[in-house]
Amino acid sequence: MSAVRKLSAAVGFALAAMGAPMVANAQVSDGVVKIGVLSDMSSLYADIGGPGSVAAARMAVEDFGAAKKGMKVEIVSADHQNKPDVGSAIARQWYDVDKVDVIVDVPTSSVALAVSQVTKDKGKAFLVSGAATSDLTGKACSPNTVHWTYDTWMLANGTGSAIVKSGGNTWFFITADYAFGHALERDTEQVVLKNGGKVLGKVRHPLNAQDFSSFLLQAQASKAKIIGLANAGGDTINSIKQAAEFGIVERGQNLAGMLVFISDVHGLGLTTAQGLIFTETFYWDLNDQTRAFAKRFAPQNNGKYPTMVQAGVYSAVLHYLKAVEAGKTDDGTKVVAKMKEMPTDDPLFGKGRVRADGRKIHPAYLVEVKKPVESKGPYDYYKIKAQIPADQAFRPEKEGGCSLVK
Amino acid sequence: MPEIFGIPSAALFGQLLIGLINGSFYALLSLGLAVIFGLLNIINFTHGAQYMLGAFCAYFLLNRFGVSYWWSLLIAPLAVGAFGVLIERTMLKPLYKLDHLYGLLLTFGLALVIQGLFRNEFGSSGLPYPIAKELAGGRNLGFMFLPNYRAWVVGASLVICIATWFVIERTKLGSYLRAATENPALVQAFGINVPRMITLTYGFGVALAALAGVMAAPIYQVSPQMGADLIIVVFAVVVIGGMGSIMGSIVTGFGLGIIEGLTKVFYPEASNTVIFIIMAIVLLIKPAGLFGTQK
Repeated sequence: MSAVRKLSAAVGFALAAMGAPMVANAQVSDGVVKIGVLSDMSSLYADIGGPGSVAAARMAVEDFGAAKKGMKVEIVSADHQNKPDVGSAIARQWYDVDKVDVIVDVPTSSVALAVSQVTKDKGKAFLVSGAATSDLTGKACSPNTVHWTYDTWMLANGTGSAIVKSGGNTWFFITADYAFGHALERDTEQVVLKNGGKVLGKVRHPLNAQDFSSFLLQAQASKAKIIGLANAGGDTINSIKQAAEFGIVERGQNLAGMLVFISDVHGLGLTTAQGLIFTETFYWDLNDQTRAFAKRFAPQNNGKYPTMVQAGVYSAVLHYLKAVEAGKTDDGTKVVAKMKEMPTDDPLFGKGRVRADGRKIHPAYLVEVKKPVESKGPYDYYKIKAQIPADQAFRPEKEGGCSLVK
Repeated sequence: MPEIFGIPSAALFGQLLIGLINGSFYALLSLGLAVIFGLLNIINFTHGAQYMLGAFCAYFLLNRFGVSYWWSLLIAPLAVGAFGVLIERTMLKPLYKLDHLYGLLLTFGLALVIQGLFRNEFGSSGLPYPIAKELAGGRNLGFMFLPNYRAWVVGASLVICIATWFVIERTKLGSYLRAATENPALVQAFGINVPRMITLTYGFGVALAALAGVMAAPIYQVSPQMGADLIIVVFAVVVIGGMGSIMGSIVTGFGLGIIEGLTKVFYPEASNTVIFIIMAIVLLIKPAGLFGTQK
């Protein structure tokens, strides 16, 4: 299997070659800004980021108008197979040999933590959209990493507190057994305890488990009111589907999908997914601009609408390119510093900013999945129950333990 | 409530039953692999992809043509089995004379191609397939809630496994098959069309995989990598049972399902490695597998 696939080369390339005026990019190394989209291209998270993230990055380059501005931007992509060793090997090769300036997306927290370290060592830039662990802007924060779309603290805070406040005060966790699941479980547990709830038990399953009946049975035996799913993608889909089979909800327990994406809801179908409550930072049907983006995006992604991760890739790449333009450099450390200095503004997430710890902040939305009769068609899936303002949606800067925060 | 090793006994019974359910998938899949390996000497790495094709076939039959689950149980294995026959005729046949490795590489490559094509088309989240009306719901056994569908899966796969074992080990047709693998030239001399028998055997093994796929569709998502995730475990089952041993694969399939189920209670983190640990131990003590015979 070839690790590195060049999917899209030189968006600006063709136009520049056709005689568009060349602006001297003296400070941009080798004259090209090279973006590496590193994602799960083939397994359980591929619909969340994957090829859709590549398409989103390409759209950001187009919308930035790189070609018109005479900036050469290239996009490469690779499959990290959800393995930290594979991910960091690709990152090293990209930085050392292929002259990649910035890596984006990287779902799977364990891989993202590894890539963040490599990026810091090499002085490049890392824009995280797919990974969730709040440690990326906490104890593992880095001057070269920006965490864009969401994190475990935000999910726990949004979904967890809403559920505890509405009476779900005893919890049992079914947790994916790696960095992400542990972080999500930890952050949610804190929220549950803080709001006066109790955690009755937890079970950890291997990543990409197929059968959850055994874990569901343990959750059932715990008699907890809420079964918190601290997993993602295919694991969440199979948990929810099999919970329906075992009559979990009918017998009085409720599921809390701590991290659910629109692609998961699409895969489950509304009959199974209806009534689920969770937190997202992007939904395609929020306003005219998000709708326009989704309509453009879907044809480039096999008809599938954007997830918040893919929207985050678009938004992060756009802001990165603006910072490169403003700072006239593609030196990773300097660009990330510039990104923190400039306020963010884009059609998908609106106005916001990047904090000193690398956390990008914007509003989050507590959503509920519609009943089949309420939905007008494919992807009309959410009712927005509440908007959480940007300054409350994410962990306060001082509480993360990031060494960059003074 | 009485406890066994600190786990309430009721919970333990539940886990044993769930292990049995998962074991029936292992048994059904490893059975097909064992038949193909035993009679063709081909290590069929496409098995996982063929299982996935069975599930997709059921999905299309339901959503495009409104064909029910019950008819899918018949049609999908036939369709995927026919596809298997085509593969055997056009690609596997020339490999019989060569080393095992060539068959393995070809089937492995085929699996990657098929899974890749489906992933491009359908993505990785998979597609939903509802449980047939007749099997929806479940019953309370006191110690656990058993969905009717899972009970059906255990029953059906036990019947299929035993029937297959019976045909191969106890009937005249089975004896031809076994003879043809021992000494094809001699059997052909008795006027039996050995190449055709081999083709049909491969088709049958593939059909078994597709049948397992249809049975899995309502439990798991119908997704392109559903087979890839399972096939490694199933290979371990076949190796532990003894390559090519029919009874071995059935017993080991159910047995390992139960052991895996118990691991999920006592030490869930190890539930996806326990089978490979057992495989390593068995290979050290009995290199031919539990039921295998050294040739």
